[in-house]
Amino acid sequence: MEHALGVHRLHFAFTITFHYIFPQLTMGLALLIVYLKTKALRTNDEHYNRATRFWARIFGINFAVGVVTGIPMEFQFGTNWAAFSRAAGGVIGQTLAMEGVFSFFLESTFLGLLLFGDKKLGRIGHWWAAFLVWLGSWLSGYFIVATNAWMQYPTGHRVDSHGQIELANFWQLVLNKWVMWEYAHTMLGAVQTGCFVMAAVGAFYLLTQRHESYGRTFVKSGVLVGVVAAILQLFPTGDEQGKLIADHQPVTLAAMEGLFESQKGAPVVLIGQPDLQKRRLDNPIQIPDMLSFLTYREWKANVRGLDAFPQDQWPDMILLLYYSYHVMVGLGTIFIAVMLLAALMLWRGKLYVSRGMLWALMVCVPLPYIANTAGWMTAELGRQPWLIYGLMRTAHGVSPQVGAGNAWFTLIGFMGLYTVLGILWLFLVYREIEDGPESEEVVHSEPAVVEAAD
Amino acid sequence: MGTLWFCLVAMMLIVYVLLDGFDLGAGAIHLLVAKTDEERRQVLASVGPVWDGNEVWLIAAGGTLFFGFPALYASGFSGFYLPLMIVLWLLIFRGISIEFRNHVTSRVWHPFWDFLFSASSFLLAVFFGAALANVVRGVPLDSTGYFFEPLWTDFRLGEQTGILDWYTILVGVLALLVLVMHGALWVQMKTTGAVNQRSAKIASNVWWGVLILTAVVTVITFKVQPQVKENFVTWPLGLLFPFLAIAGIVGVRFELVKRDERKAFFASCGYLAGMLASVVFGLYPLVLPARNPIYSLTVSSAKAGDYGLKVGIVWWTFGILLVAGYFIYTYRSLAGKVVVAKNQTHL
Ligand code: HDD
Ligand code: HEM
Ligand code: HEM
Repeated sequence: MEHALGVHRLHFAFTITFHYIFPQLTMGLALLIVYLKTKALRTNDEHYNRATRFWARIFGINFAVGVVTGIPMEFQFGTNWAAFSRAAGGVIGQTLAMEGVFSFFLESTFLGLLLFGDKKLGRIGHWWAAFLVWLGSWLSGYFIVATNAWMQYPTGHRVDSHGQIELANFWQLVLNKWVMWEYAHTMLGAVQTGCFVMAAVGAFYLLTQRHESYGRTFVKSGVLVGVVAAILQLFPTGDEQGKLIADHQPVTLAAMEGLFESQKGAPVVLIGQPDLQKRRLDNPIQIPDMLSFLTYREWKANVRGLDAFPQDQWPDMILLLYYSYHVMVGLGTIFIAVMLLAALMLWRGKLYVSRGMLWALMVCVPLPYIANTAGWMTAELGRQPWLIYGLMRTAHGVSPQVGAGNAWFTLIGFMGLYTVLGILWLFLVYREIEDGPESEEVVHSEPAVVEAAD
Repeated sequence: MGTLWFCLVAMMLIVYVLLDGFDLGAGAIHLLVAKTDEERRQVLASVGPVWDGNEVWLIAAGGTLFFGFPALYASGFSGFYLPLMIVLWLLIFRGISIEFRNHVTSRVWHPFWDFLFSASSFLLAVFFGAALANVVRGVPLDSTGYFFEPLWTDFRLGEQTGILDWYTILVGVLALLVLVMHGALWVQMKTTGAVNQRSAKIASNVWWGVLILTAVVTVITFKVQPQVKENFVTWPLGLLFPFLAIAGIVGVRFELVKRDERKAFFASCGYLAGMLASVVFGLYPLVLPARNPIYSLTVSSAKAGDYGLKVGIVWWTFGILLVAGYFIYTYRSLAGKVVVAKNQTHL
């Protein structure tokens, strides 16, 4: 990659993919913490308060890494994508600034209170702290997804005579029809990460026979919330996203599905390796007519394949796009199965003693991370070759004066730094899990005991 | 509209420097004022609960800058590519050293993070000063509206400047001294015992350096960036800002002698705000001066469309009021000196 464009793309892809490991857990856990906190309020049982404190500590560590990796994301619009920022800043700057003003302040303020304000705030006050942390993180998700949705499906703007893209209608930007489904689907993905992590920690405690009462709470909470999220992930949100793609980015759909030729009654491919040279799928296992039905609700509808579009409109990394999409959907299906089964066993009262199921929940923990990453790769690779769909090509968005050498330098810097960060994060989270929810007096995440002396 | 947003962004940046300034300063002197583990925990406790919120001002100011002046965001950020990336790395180091330090008790874990906290804060202070000086001095913008500055060229103020030249380094040192003073005053206000005394001493020693360098840098700046003088001549009312700065710096000495710790810190805030406001005022209407003045970016050439800016006023005002509420609440509830437990076994 001697060309600056490629390096800048990799730069963004690497840093955002790493960043997103953390917010997905933050946003998912935030919801579960509110859930546990509500239980604590309802039952007045100290058990749930301890459980919340335990998860709030893990949340704190995760949040810290999310924050320090998030700041580079915002800077990169200016540093690496200057031409894009100059042209579209009047639009996307709007949502990004709102994210800073409305959500990050909220989140950081109330996280402090959630972590340290236990005694001071009282029961109800502390519940509100948890609630506002959840609100802050989900608002943050909203604004950033709205930014992304506008790049996928630009509305509410106009282009002036200098090629400057200006905001023309605020509400169309923040209530873009694309953002509704994209947001719902993304948040559900985050909730699934939270649920799998919580259930896995619970399963780990049950299997190792420590902190068992907490283990049961965690498994139960994770599974109950998780089964709902897993189903909603597919239907209606995933399904609706698919329809939006079919309507507005048909060439993306063709590439995601590996559909080289337009056909009536197009099949859905479960497995198969696309061959770009020969323009066909190797070893396909397909469900006939299914794609036509899913996109148009008609078994024999015509679905346009890649051949219906000029090649310069094709996404430029079809293979990766195709696999990302299939990995996401495949894992989504597995999650529904795992969660349904676990919920059934829970209902029957067999879950806590079934070693097999507990093992399954425990080893599943990396999978939602993979699914979320794959989902974003689908969205972002599918948007290519456009940076703003239909308005600006990715190649026209990079910083004109930042060469490949400098971009490699900083990319390598980030890779090194993030590797270390990742290791530290795993180490610290593992320690929290080892210490367990009962190690109350250990005020880990507290910088020190802060008290007003006067 | 453009001018209004120019003021609002400037205000957010000033708030950022006032707030994050003290935790950077506290970091820079961390190893000097706090020797034992207990003392170090005092310093960390004074910034631990607030640094993240303070840093959000940088993010929010950055976002607002992006939204209000996209062309400036694009040229400036891509032109300052390397120093910004280094700043990002330093911010990462600083953030995790505050957050991760107290999770493990060990004779190697603590000193490592303490050192990293201190070193990254120290360098950040210098880099922020140098960054400001780069903007004041002007950058090699050309007709494309872009530029790219290497970290250094020949350390002179010629046409092909680097991020670091004698002028920007000088301002970097000034920034370091100022933030050390600011941070020391903060730590003094929040702590007791040996840490308190050492901070007082540092603040009072560094004060002289701040005074002298401020004078020197001011004189040089008038030469380096002619716009500054022009503005003060055209609108003499702007002299209020330098006066605020002078009152602030005198106030710091005065209160240090009187040993009123709170007022000393607030005087330092006054000095910082006055200095920064003077610079911003001096540059207006330039937002990014070019070495060749015809290519300079101005408020009107860099701003976003009017419709967006108007909508922004509505939500921004609402949002900032909320934020002010959070901050008043947080700082109120943390008021007073920090207390750290003597022997926290697990910390
Ligand atoms: C746990 C995570 C997870 C799981 C199990 C799924 N997804 Fe997903 N998917 C995401 C997490 C995700 C995501 C990371 O949240 C994305 C990236 C951008 C977005 O809107 O959501 C996404 C994007 C995304 C897109 C592309 C949107 C675009 O290009 O803008 C489609 C069509 C689907 N999803 C459809 C599905 C279907 C039919 C699933 C079947 C079960 C599914 N997803 C499971
Ligand atoms: C957290 C989830 C996200 C992931 C994992 C992700 C992933 C990626 C990847 C893999 C690329 C490289 C695509 C390519 O070069 O072919 C990319 C590019 C990009 N993404 Fe995202 N993305 C995410 C969220 C976002 C959001 C929320 C935004 C907007 C606010 C965004 C804006 C961009 C931009 C500007 C580029 C660079 C230009 C381009 O290549 O199109 N991304 N992202
Ligand atoms: C280009 C895209 C992105 C940018 C510019 C960005 C920017 C940032 C920044 C500056 C922070 C630090 C905030 C603080 O100090 O509190 C942050 C944290 C966060 N971001 Fe991102 N981010 C991006 C992608 C995403 C995506 C795709 C999501 C979720 C859908 C997300 C959700 C969050 C959340 C919830 C936090 C809080 C910290 C955490 O949970 O780890 N971000 N982000």
